[in-house]
Amino acid sequence: MKKIIDFEVRENSPLSRSACLLKLSPADGSPLPECRPGQFVEVKIPAGADVLLRRPISINYVDTVANELWLLVRAAGRGTDVLCGMPVGSRLNIVMPLGNGFSIPQTGTSPRLLLVGGGVGVAPLLHLGHELRDAGFAPCFLLGARTEDELLERGLFEALGEVSISTDDGSCGVKGVVTDHDIWESPFDMVYCCGPAPMMKAVARKSREKGIACEVSLENMMACGLGACLCCVEPTVKGNVCVCTDGPVFNIDSLLW
Amino acid sequence: MVDLKVNIGELELKNPVLTASGTFGFGEEFADFVDLNRLGGVIVKGTTLEPRQGNDYPRMAETPSGMLNAVGLQNKGVDYFIDTIYPRLKEYAQMETIVNVSGSRIEDYAEVCRRLNERTDIRAVEINISCPNVKQGGMAFGTTTAGAAAVTKAVRAAFDRTLIIKLSPNVTDITEIARAVEAEGADAVSMINTLMGMAVDVERRKPKLSTVTGGLSGPAVRPVAVRMVWQTYKAVKIPIIGLGGIMTANDALEFIMAGATAVQIGTANFVDPAVTEKVVDGLAEYCSRHGESSIRNLIGCIH
Repeated sequence: MKKIIDFEVRENSPLSRSACLLKLSPADGSPLPECRPGQFVEVKIPAGADVLLRRPISINYVDTVANELWLLVRAAGRGTDVLCGMPVGSRLNIVMPLGNGFSIPQTGTSPRLLLVGGGVGVAPLLHLGHELRDAGFAPCFLLGARTEDELLERGLFEALGEVSISTDDGSCGVKGVVTDHDIWESPFDMVYCCGPAPMMKAVARKSREKGIACEVSLENMMACGLGACLCCVEPTVKGNVCVCTDGPVFNIDSLLW
Repeated sequence: MVDLKVNIGELELKNPVLTASGTFGFGEEFADFVDLNRLGGVIVKGTTLEPRQGNDYPRMAETPSGMLNAVGLQNKGVDYFIDTIYPRLKEYAQMETIVNVSGSRIEDYAEVCRRLNERTDIRAVEINISCPNVKQGGMAFGTTTAGAAAVTKAVRAAFDRTLIIKLSPNVTDITEIARAVEAEGADAVSMINTLMGMAVDVERRKPKLSTVTGGLSGPAVRPVAVRMVWQTYKAVKIPIIGLGGIMTANDALEFIMAGATAVQIGTANFVDPAVTEKVVDGLAEYCSRHGESSIRNLIGCIH
């Protein structure tokens, strides 16, 4: 069930020049609703910021022990600039959890899984990586960024599995984009991807070439997040569908990419 | 106990709070947040004769205190609505469902209304003659008295029960259009649909919407909408349903005092999915605080 929850900011840590990690707890201490990796939340920008619509943000991680919701936010405009400046102790009103999630392989199988994240797109892969590892799988990660400074949560991913890296300027890992990395020479059964659209399209092409199943998480511009306004549509084999309710995670076979 | 009941045509609404078409899906999308049975009614997403895919992405741009949309009437067509969606909505039996109808040709509007008329438990339709986001028809019918009258006449002949016509604000004198649809037998008018607008992405040097122009909604349009309701209240005898940027009960009261019998909440549903019930509670609270036994005492009270 979707809920509207008032959160208190417990921690706001800058992770790079433009990105921050917000750790939030329900202000009334109630337990967080169950969230699947790949789902997102709609955050209201606090009054006074002159931003009307909520901002859709991927769930980065759900810490059930501390009862904390983690949001990885890149300051990329009026709404997210405000979010990155939220002081500890301030309140945020959030609608959650929204959308579907990544598919989790059947237990008892041992598929080879590659999780590919670009920039702030690594956000949902942390939650997914935890879930996969806890379910007994051994996820591999491929993280891409423009420069080493913009690699986010690298240490947290390294705690979950083998991490490969590419940077546009070669300041860390392989110089180039994620699809230039030689990890693609290894066999995989499933690719999960989140990042900028051109990167996801390149990963989708690469996965198709190699015959690997692939899921991507889209971030079309949204208003309601509930499937009502029909603004965030993506053309698919079934026609235009809402990214907020039919997605944000899609198998590439359902997209017209 | 404050009496919030109002009448629109044959409908007796338990309170004046309706949802604006295209902002509340079919109601069920908001069932986690709102007790739908507490609303005056739900005006569902617009339906057309044939299924429509709508316009290309991007269809939305946020603007100061508002948003532009250019959805373009994406829907699965009237038959799918009647056969699949409407029966599902009957689960919320107390919910007054008003069906919004759009079209590109007068015959299509009439045919959709004929098919809805056969479902006798559909008690009201709202005719959208004011969509700014379709190439043919839509707003074109709503911007001339002759066009508005012609559509109203055709749908009046096709639908026996409560007929609401949704007016476009993109006209020189909205009162003329309201009078024209009243003369052809409309039971009520809703006003206003979105104001035509546009926004430019200066970095990419391109319009922000795939369709270039779109419909502006949200608090930015509210003063325009209140003014138009105030003008129209003096021009027609049929009830007015006011909408345009209502975020709170006080906003709704502006419309009611200017002459609206009921109101619709639109864009605010995207900001606070639970807003509609809060407006219902706020109207009751206002009436108690001011010693009004009925919300009806406030309709047009500033005239």
